[in-house]
Amino acid sequence: MTSDLVIEAEGLVKTFGKTRALQGVDLAVPRGTVLGVLGPNGAGKTTAVRILSTLLTPDGGTARIAGFDVVRDAERVRQSIGLTGQYASVDEDLTGRQNLELFGTLLELGRTGARRRAAELLDWFDLTDAANRQAKTYSGGMRRRLDLAASLVGAPDVIFLDEPTTGLDPAKREDMWDVVRTLVNNGSTVLLTTQYLEEADALADAITVIDHGRVIAHDTPEGLKRVVGGQTLEVRPSDPAQLPRTAEILTQVGSGAQADEIRKGVLAVPVTDDAALTESVARFATAGIAVTELSLHLPSLDEVFFTLTGRTASEDDTTRPTEVAA
Amino acid sequence: MSTLTDTAPPRSRALSTTAPNPRPFRLVRHSLALAKRSLIKTWRTPEALIDVTLQPVLFLIIFVYVFGGAVAGSTHHYLQFLLPGILAQTIATGAIAIGVNLNTDIAKGIFDRFRSLPIPRSAPLVGAVLGDVVRYVIVTVSTLAIGYVMGFRIDTDPFRAIAGCLLAVLFALCLSWLPVLVSMKVRTAGAVQGVMFALIMPLSFASNVFVGADTLPGWMQAFVDVNPMTHLVASVRGLFLGTPLGNHVWWTLAWCAGFVAVFMPLALRAYRKKI
Repeated sequence: MTSDLVIEAEGLVKTFGKTRALQGVDLAVPRGTVLGVLGPNGAGKTTAVRILSTLLTPDGGTARIAGFDVVRDAERVRQSIGLTGQYASVDEDLTGRQNLELFGTLLELGRTGARRRAAELLDWFDLTDAANRQAKTYSGGMRRRLDLAASLVGAPDVIFLDEPTTGLDPAKREDMWDVVRTLVNNGSTVLLTTQYLEEADALADAITVIDHGRVIAHDTPEGLKRVVGGQTLEVRPSDPAQLPRTAEILTQVGSGAQADEIRKGVLAVPVTDDAALTESVARFATAGIAVTELSLHLPSLDEVFFTLTGRTASEDDTTRPTEVAA
Repeated sequence: MSTLTDTAPPRSRALSTTAPNPRPFRLVRHSLALAKRSLIKTWRTPEALIDVTLQPVLFLIIFVYVFGGAVAGSTHHYLQFLLPGILAQTIATGAIAIGVNLNTDIAKGIFDRFRSLPIPRSAPLVGAVLGDVVRYVIVTVSTLAIGYVMGFRIDTDPFRAIAGCLLAVLFALCLSWLPVLVSMKVRTAGAVQGVMFALIMPLSFASNVFVGADTLPGWMQAFVDVNPMTHLVASVRGLFLGTPLGNHVWWTLAWCAGFVAVFMPLALRAYRKKI
């Protein structure tokens, strides 16, 4: 382990009663990068984040944040982290501004410092108009922004985002991604948990896949996509009679496999080349084929798990440990 | 958030390089900041003050006018006797709310954020306890106000009257570590309420709140004599009306110290262990 790792965990074990939430998890995040921790509900993602953010003590293994042990130097760790998750929330009875000023006061920014920092963050997260309303009146997207703002009051070097976009609509999700990218551009180190390969792919420098409290894969997004099959191009021609010719074109632009009709009237083919989308559009235009749907998809979490483990993520609900405080 | 610019987020670097505990009295300052949070929440939900405003009023009116004639021969005499008792009883039940509120707060997740901050772990609890002092002051004021309207009069002097009020507030402040402890141990806010009523009710009825202790059966007197509520009521009566104080004030203070010495460490320990 080099000192350049801002987050390092080795062999983390945590048991809740008979539930083995973590069974030896290693994580490593170099400074200024984003690690995406990908896994289904109950995989142990939240437990890992709670240990790294000093809310839980591990039953086994060690973890260090910025070189400080999360158990022995918990106080030092808390000085350099920001935590956002559904469990680390804000006070709904307070206004957005009061929440941020409270955290500023607790973080020793002083009265004027706390005020200034709250105003900065409200402005940055586009919450200035709602600043003096109670947080319980906020929409889902505003709540997430306030939650995230609250974790940034102390300008932390290390930021934990536990499923930051679960439940947000796609536009709000993209906004949240922009925020994360800006944080990283600014030098922060981010560990983010997600159930979406698409999200991990969009944000992360490396992805750790966990399942049943174990790491089952760790790779770059590109490496992982090579293993799990990369993207799929899906096309629905306007005229079902064009299906055979559409399939022919798709097979040519695809990565070698035959185009399949995955749903009635919808063809799909795996692609590896980023140019496949524009290429296929150009060919459809030349061939005079009109399409009503055309999209690129990353494999869903289920497909990722099927490839990595030979079974789907939701197949064995009854035996999977349930995520505590999920 | 389309208006979000690509510029770096504002970062004030004051924090991340400093060592822990850079400034003195952290626990005090953080607790006061968190007490202010409790106060804001109280003002935002005035209906949560019913137990400290309406309850003493209802109790005084019902007990004085229903039992006054039978127990003391006249409503005025009973009012003079009962008001210190009602003050003690409602201020003790007023302390239950903190347990209910904490249980709700913890379920909502705000405490997890507090626990991830570099502040003393006990600060959120101490802050909540301190923030509730304002509720105890409200109980005292509303009890004395309705009492005055009904004809209650202080027989001593303002200093002793204020001392009596402060003693009652201090009692509730120290006692409130018990509901805090209960709130860490039971699962729902409703259960906190149930457990606490079961604990407070015997304390307030098997006491000198409603009748003189000498009218009670002997076996019960043994309990009444050590009941902290008895000592508080006797102290407040003495300070308001000039009845003999004996050692009641010292006993009350001893109980207050006992509540803090026993329940506060247990509550803090339960809080640290609670996930």
